[in-house]
Amino acid sequence: MTETLLPDLAPAYGEIFMAIGAMALLMFGVFRGNKSTELVSLLTAAVMIVTLIITVTWNDTAVYTFENMFVVDRFTSFMKILVLVASALAVFMSMQYFKDEKEERFEYPILVLLATLGMMVMVSANDLMSLYMGLELQSLSLYVLASIRRDSELATEAGLKYFVLGALSSGILLFGSSLIYGFVGSTNFTVIGQTLSQASHGPDIGVIIGMVLVLAGLAFKISAVPFHMWTPDVYQGAPTPVTAFFAVAPKVAALALLVRVLYVPFGEMSESWTQVIVFMSLASMVLGSVAAVVQTNIKRLMAYSSIGHIGFALVGIAAGSQDGLRGLVIYMAIYLVMNVGTFACILAMRRKDGMVEDISDLAGLAQTRPAMAAALGIFMLSLAGIPPLAGFWGKWYVFKAVIATAVADPMATNYGLIMLAVIGVMASVVGAYYYLNIIKVMFFNEPEGEFILQKSRKLKAIMGVSAALMLLFLLPQINAPVLEYARMAAAALIS
Amino acid sequence: MNELLLEYLPILIFFFIAIILSCVFIVLPMMLVEQKPDTEKLSAYECGFEAFDSARKPFDVRFYLVAILFIIFDLEVAFLFPWAISLGEIGLFGFVSMMIFLGVLTIGFIYEWKKGALEWE
Repeated sequence: MTETLLPDLAPAYGEIFMAIGAMALLMFGVFRGNKSTELVSLLTAAVMIVTLIITVTWNDTAVYTFENMFVVDRFTSFMKILVLVASALAVFMSMQYFKDEKEERFEYPILVLLATLGMMVMVSANDLMSLYMGLELQSLSLYVLASIRRDSELATEAGLKYFVLGALSSGILLFGSSLIYGFVGSTNFTVIGQTLSQASHGPDIGVIIGMVLVLAGLAFKISAVPFHMWTPDVYQGAPTPVTAFFAVAPKVAALALLVRVLYVPFGEMSESWTQVIVFMSLASMVLGSVAAVVQTNIKRLMAYSSIGHIGFALVGIAAGSQDGLRGLVIYMAIYLVMNVGTFACILAMRRKDGMVEDISDLAGLAQTRPAMAAALGIFMLSLAGIPPLAGFWGKWYVFKAVIATAVADPMATNYGLIMLAVIGVMASVVGAYYYLNIIKVMFFNEPEGEFILQKSRKLKAIMGVSAALMLLFLLPQINAPVLEYARMAAAALIS
Repeated sequence: MNELLLEYLPILIFFFIAIILSCVFIVLPMMLVEQKPDTEKLSAYECGFEAFDSARKPFDVRFYLVAILFIIFDLEVAFLFPWAISLGEIGLFGFVSMMIFLGVLTIGFIYEWKKGALEWE
């Protein structure tokens, strides 16, 4: 018997702990039944927090393990922290909702945990194999989550639509991967990067097609235009806490994966992918702003809003510099807080006949529930990007980086980048219309109908803390650590 | 590069022949054959006896569940055969990996059993 050494497990302790935790909780839940949902939810959040601590304490330079398929560096650590925070908050926010709807299922938090595990693997993936494994673990859990209320027709439709389009995007991604493997001869990101940089005559057309297909598959997951069609329907159909989860954690993870795919294996081909990224970024910003104007359902509106925000985040990749990447990381951190806060507000609003989902239902909120109207107002202004709120600074850093790249180029070949910045700012102005419209409805329209007083202290705390973070982002005590960690994260990928 | 592509030429030829032939098989009968539908011809075919019902009747979703559960464990066995044969080569690492895999599957099995997915009623 030949001895094969066990791989170095230490970089993956967080993921291993989550996997064991998820299985243990599944056993606990199935023997205790649905009445243990609350306990399982709390334990799930505890597992995520412990994983968060493991991730934070891992403060090393880049370490590769599992035959270089898995990487941990400052970039993955930062992105994993965002993913874990978003998921843990999503679990907290959902508890009251399912209790009120009398739809408690202990599988829900466990599926969130498994999806989060998939995201962690995605963020750490350094190989097309581990990329796909993480992506599928995440996606399969999300399909089930979308239709967790299986008696609801809308939720079933959302789940089915998400599944069909998600499977299609996975197929596109796999096809691209097979082309890349066929033309380069390896699935490992590092090896692909080295091979491409040593090629004397530039990349083969097959590699370019493969890369574009992989890019398209990932664009589905971050819902960048033109692969965004599923987003509004799924956001609307899925139960609100599930939408709150969908809006943040999977986006952060898929974007982190996209960044690694672009910079590590295909760093040499930046000329090819910059065009694609610029187009997706432009189209997402414009569509996210324009299409949201006519929406009446607040969840659909948040879907278009998230499409637009992904467009802004992609501007950071289009810049192609360390500053651009830092801007993207900062953007995602701010996006997380804004979105979690907004969804906490949406979840906290409930009438006798169910959840509030129409924008017109918000009428007069400032008179009936002044504190919540103020918080939601702050989130809307921040999403619109009004200074001095945090949302403005997110946009500021990505646009500053893209202008710097465009100006630094003496040949002015990057003319498109200036256009990108200009159109981005204009789209942001158009987008401000619908965010401000919500504020107008809340503060200046007459109230109609009573809201049921929300008892959940968790939602109130989440709302308060995120609103405060948005307001106080200018304080150096708050923004300095974010900026510093974002810089270190970006430096891990581009030096 | 071109030699590599040349190796795949038979597949391309086969692909075109397949498309042409299948089109011919569909189009030709439409043009040549006299069409005379009657109830016997249009009813569902069930080997040898009278059809009980329409073929488009929805069937119980439980069949689907059983089929899916079967596939999981069928695939597990498909993994076990090559593992068992090459155990001498892959050593302790291979043994531990498979035990982890089986452990995860067992957890899933306990879950489905406890949930009542294996009971028909």
